[in-house]
Amino acid sequence: MSALLDVRGLTRRPWFEGKDLAAAPGEIVVLSGPTGSGKTLFLRTIADLDPSEGGEAFVDGEARASMPAWRWRGRVLYVHPGGVRLPGTVADNLAAVARGRPPPDPPFDPAVDAARLSTGEGQVLALERALLCGPRVLLLDEATSGMDPRTAARFEERLKGWVREGRAIVWVSHDPDLAGRVGARAEAFP
Amino acid sequence: MTAVIDLGWGQLALAAALILCNAGADVALRLGLGKRLLVAAARGFAQLLLLGVVLQWVFRQDGPWAVLGMMAVMIVFAGFEAVRRTSYRVRGAFAAGIGVMLVSSMVVTLYGVRGVIGVTPWYTPQYIVPILGMILGNTLTGISLGLETALEGFAKEKERVEVLLAHGLTPREASRDVVRRAVRVGLIPILNSMVAAGVVSIPGMMTGQILAGEDPAVAARYQIFILFSIAAGGALGTVGVVSAAERLVFDDRARLRADRIRRVD
Repeated sequence: MSALLDVRGLTRRPWFEGKDLAAAPGEIVVLSGPTGSGKTLFLRTIADLDPSEGGEAFVDGEARASMPAWRWRGRVLYVHPGGVRLPGTVADNLAAVARGRPPPDPPFDPAVDAARLSTGEGQVLALERALLCGPRVLLLDEATSGMDPRTAARFEERLKGWVREGRAIVWVSHDPDLAGRVGARAEAFP
Repeated sequence: MTAVIDLGWGQLALAAALILCNAGADVALRLGLGKRLLVAAARGFAQLLLLGVVLQWVFRQDGPWAVLGMMAVMIVFAGFEAVRRTSYRVRGAFAAGIGVMLVSSMVVTLYGVRGVIGVTPWYTPQYIVPILGMILGNTLTGISLGLETALEGFAKEKERVEVLLAHGLTPREASRDVVRRAVRVGLIPILNSMVAAGVVSIPGMMTGQILAGEDPAVAARYQIFILFSIAAGGALGTVGVVSAAERLVFDDRARLRADRIRRVD
């Protein structure tokens, strides 16, 4: 099956050089490696939030360079670690990226100030916000590390269902059991 | 109309005695501002005397070139000073400050001189130089505050702006909050000056015209014209410089390059 996300020869010295990565529709790839090895930078570079020194990335066969950066990022969406909250309420956080899409049922009281959420709750909100944008690929960076085990398991199940609809996830995690739980292909980084 | 009473050197010396109030405060409260006070007073004295001499020369010239030259110097200094006052810098900020100052001040000045007052020729220095000077002084504040607030916002709220970019928003959409706040901060002094005008203080231009013997009603109408002109100049300058800052902190792939912003003290 051809790759949904195809990263070829991505380079950002001294962290990674000529790095390839492919994710097929329906696939979750879990990347693990030592702290400071450049995993976050790799995801950010794929998302075009940080510049690369070489290489190219494709989604659905279309090159990153062939489209405006914002269109690329809408398809290949990077979720920052730590559940970053935008100013305002839970509802404001969803509305900020909704662009007219109907917001999902908020995971918490929509009127609650997002700054008052815990890290785990912030991560739930960040994932809801990302899914609302309808990306083809999610780049997750320790996306469930602050959640309690039950909430994390619920989200893992939800994301497994989400990729089955022809999407893909590249998931950076230090959790050694994550790949097994979500049926992912595990890759060592770099 | 009453003739203006000339001020001689002896009278200026009497005026300089007023600075002793500042010196007294400095000594009594041990502010340590003595040297700065001396330099500031000497600079103010010398700059204004020099301005008088230069304006005398400019007023005697025929044709627009002397006036244009003086206006160019004023605009470049004002643009440079507006950026120099900020505590955040980004590459290209000085060029942006001067460019925005040029466009915003000239649009408003020319509209005022030609469109409102109807001065002929448009470069008559008696009108265009003081009007431009007042517009520059106030636009400078707007540009300075707007640029400072915008760059500080991009530096401190990098992660929030980036989260929006990561969700497929354009730089313009992602920086809306930072831009809105910067423009608001830049415009507040102008709003305050409009509210306070004529109640808290008699503004500078009106004071000058009254001292020069002009009918206070005419002076008031000129002051209203100037008030609206500086408001427009400040608005154009603030919006212009904040838009320029937005351009300077994003690269060609719409990445927020907060690494380009540095703090200067």
